[in-house]
Amino acid sequence: MVRAAGVRKRFGLNEVLRGIDLEVQRGEVMCVIGPSGSGKTTLLRCINHLEQIHGGRLEVDGQLVGYRERDGKLYELREREVARNRAQIGMVFQHFNLFPHMTVLENIIEAPIRVKGLPKEQAVEKARQLLGQVGLAGREDTYPRQLSGGQQQRVAIARALAMDPKLMLFDEPTSALDPELVGEVLAVMRDLAKSGMTMFVVTHEMGFAREVGDQLVFMDGGVVVESGAPRDVIANPQHERTKAFLSKVL
Amino acid sequence: MTSPQDEAGTAIPIKAVPVRHPWRWVVGAIIAVFAAMLVHTLAFSTLGGKSRWQWGVIGHYLFATPILHGVERTILLTVLAMLIGVVLGTSLAVMRLSPNPIVSGASALYIWFFRGTPVLLQIFFWYYIAAIYPKLSIGIPFGPGFVHIDMTNFIGKLTAALLGLGLNEAAYMAEIVRAGIISVDEGQTEAAAALGMRRIMIMRRIVLPQAMRVIIPPTGNETISMLKTTSLAFTIAYTELLYSAQLIYANNYKTIPLLVVAALWYLAITSVLYVGQYFLERRYGRGTVFGQPNETALRRFWRMVSRPPSHISAAPLSTGSEHEP
Repeated sequence: MVRAAGVRKRFGLNEVLRGIDLEVQRGEVMCVIGPSGSGKTTLLRCINHLEQIHGGRLEVDGQLVGYRERDGKLYELREREVARNRAQIGMVFQHFNLFPHMTVLENIIEAPIRVKGLPKEQAVEKARQLLGQVGLAGREDTYPRQLSGGQQQRVAIARALAMDPKLMLFDEPTSALDPELVGEVLAVMRDLAKSGMTMFVVTHEMGFAREVGDQLVFMDGGVVVESGAPRDVIANPQHERTKAFLSKVL
Repeated sequence: MTSPQDEAGTAIPIKAVPVRHPWRWVVGAIIAVFAAMLVHTLAFSTLGGKSRWQWGVIGHYLFATPILHGVERTILLTVLAMLIGVVLGTSLAVMRLSPNPIVSGASALYIWFFRGTPVLLQIFFWYYIAAIYPKLSIGIPFGPGFVHIDMTNFIGKLTAALLGLGLNEAAYMAEIVRAGIISVDEGQTEAAAALGMRRIMIMRRIVLPQAMRVIIPPTGNETISMLKTTSLAFTIAYTELLYSAQLIYANNYKTIPLLVVAALWYLAITSVLYVGQYFLERRYGRGTVFGQPNETALRRFWRMVSRPPSHISAAPLSTGSEHEP
C-alpha cells in the first residue's frame, strides 16, 4: 500500500529525511517511533503530499505520490489530481484540527458532500453511523470546543473515515491529550485496525505499537535505524540508539 | 461557581464585608455635575431671549423632504461604496496571499496607491477624469474596441463619489481581510487539504468563515467611518446629507440647527449599524467563547449601585466581576 525507496526531503539546507526505505502491505498497521526531530512526522506528511519529497520514490497503492511518470520522466501533478489522491487517504492530526465553526456533524459531512459529491442524506446517515462507531452517538450538534480532547480526536477520526479512505495516517494522535483520555482514542484505533484498515501511525504509545502494530520502525536523524516486528524491536533492540530511546520511553 | 461543601453536602456561606470603592462615587459625582451642566445648556439656556440651540428649528427640519433625500443618498453611497470595498478588498487580499509574485505584487501596488493618496483627491480625480479620457473603449488591447463609453456622461456625481470612496475603501478592506485570513490556524488548511478539498474551496468553506470573526469588527468600524466620509461628496455637489443641510442653511442662515439635524441623522444611522454589527458578530462567533454577548455597561452600573450581597460564595482567587448576585 505504501512503498518508500530512498525518500529524501529537506527544508532549506536542513535534510530531514535522508533516504527512507519501507513498505506497508494492505491491511497492515505500521508504527513509527523516534525522538522529536527524527523526521517521522515529515515522512507521514509526505505520504499525502502535504510535503513534497526531493529524492527517491514514494508510492501509495502503486501510484507515485505527487508525480506522474511517463517515458522515464516525472511530471508534477496538478492541484486537482493531488486533491483527488488526498481524498483517498485519511489523516488524523496531533491537534485534531476540527473546523471550529462547524458542528460535529457538519465537520464530518463537509468533505463527503463537497469533495465526493455524496447526497446530503447519505452523508448524514454515514456520519451518524461513524459517530456511533467512535462512541459519540448523539453529539451531532455540539461544537468541537464543547468536547474534550479525546472526544475531539475521535470526531477527527470519524471525519477522516467518512471519505472511505484506503489508508489512514495518524500523526501522534494522542500526544496532545490528557493521560486519562488517551485510552479512548487508542481503543477506536484498535477497532479500526481489527476491521482491516491499513494504518500508518506515528506514535509514542509503545503499548499500542506492541499490541496492534504489524511493523515497527525506529527513526532517528532522518533515517530508519531499526525495523521489524514490534515485539522483537521493543524487547530486543539491536542498535544502541534504539536501546537508548526505548530505555527513556518505556 | 460551586460553593464549598462539607461532607454532609451542605454549603457553608462566607460572611464578609465587601471592599468599599469610595473613589468610584467621587468620580461618578463629578461626571454627574458635568452632565447636568450639559443638559442645562442644551435644553434651557437662551441667547437674546431665544433658545440657544433652537430645538424648534431642528425639529422643523429633521424630517424635511430635502433632508430625507440626503439621508437616502448617504445610505445609498455608504452601502454601495462598502460593497465595492468588501468585494474588491477580499479579492485583493486573496491576490496578495497568492504564490504568484506578479498577482501578489499587483495587489500590493494597488493598496500602496489607493492608501497613499487622500480620498478627497481620488473623488476629484474620478470626477474630472473625462478631461483626459473623454471616451473609453473596451476591446482588444491596443486594437479595435467594441464598446465605447462616453465618459463625460458616464462619470456623474454619484459614479465619481462611488469610485472615489469604493476603490479607496477596497485598499483598506484588503488589509483587514488579509489580517483575518492569516489569523486562521494553518492546521485548518492542512486538515481540509488532507480531506481532498481544493484551494478555492478551502478558502470559501473553511478559512474565510473563521476569518470573519477577525474581519467583522474592523469592517463595522470602516462602515461607520464610510458613513461619515460620504459627506466628502458635498465637494462635487452631490446632495447627500451634509450638502442637503448646507443648501438649506445657505438660504436661511440657521447654520447650527441644520448641522445638528445632520448630526442627529448620522448618529441614528450609526446606531443601526452598531446593532447590525452585534448580530453579525454573534452569527460568526458560533463555536467560540466570543459567541456569547458581553455584559453591558448598564448592567455593570446596576451591579455597582445595588449593594453586593453580604453572602459571597467562596472563590478566593476570582475577581468581583465573576460573582453572580
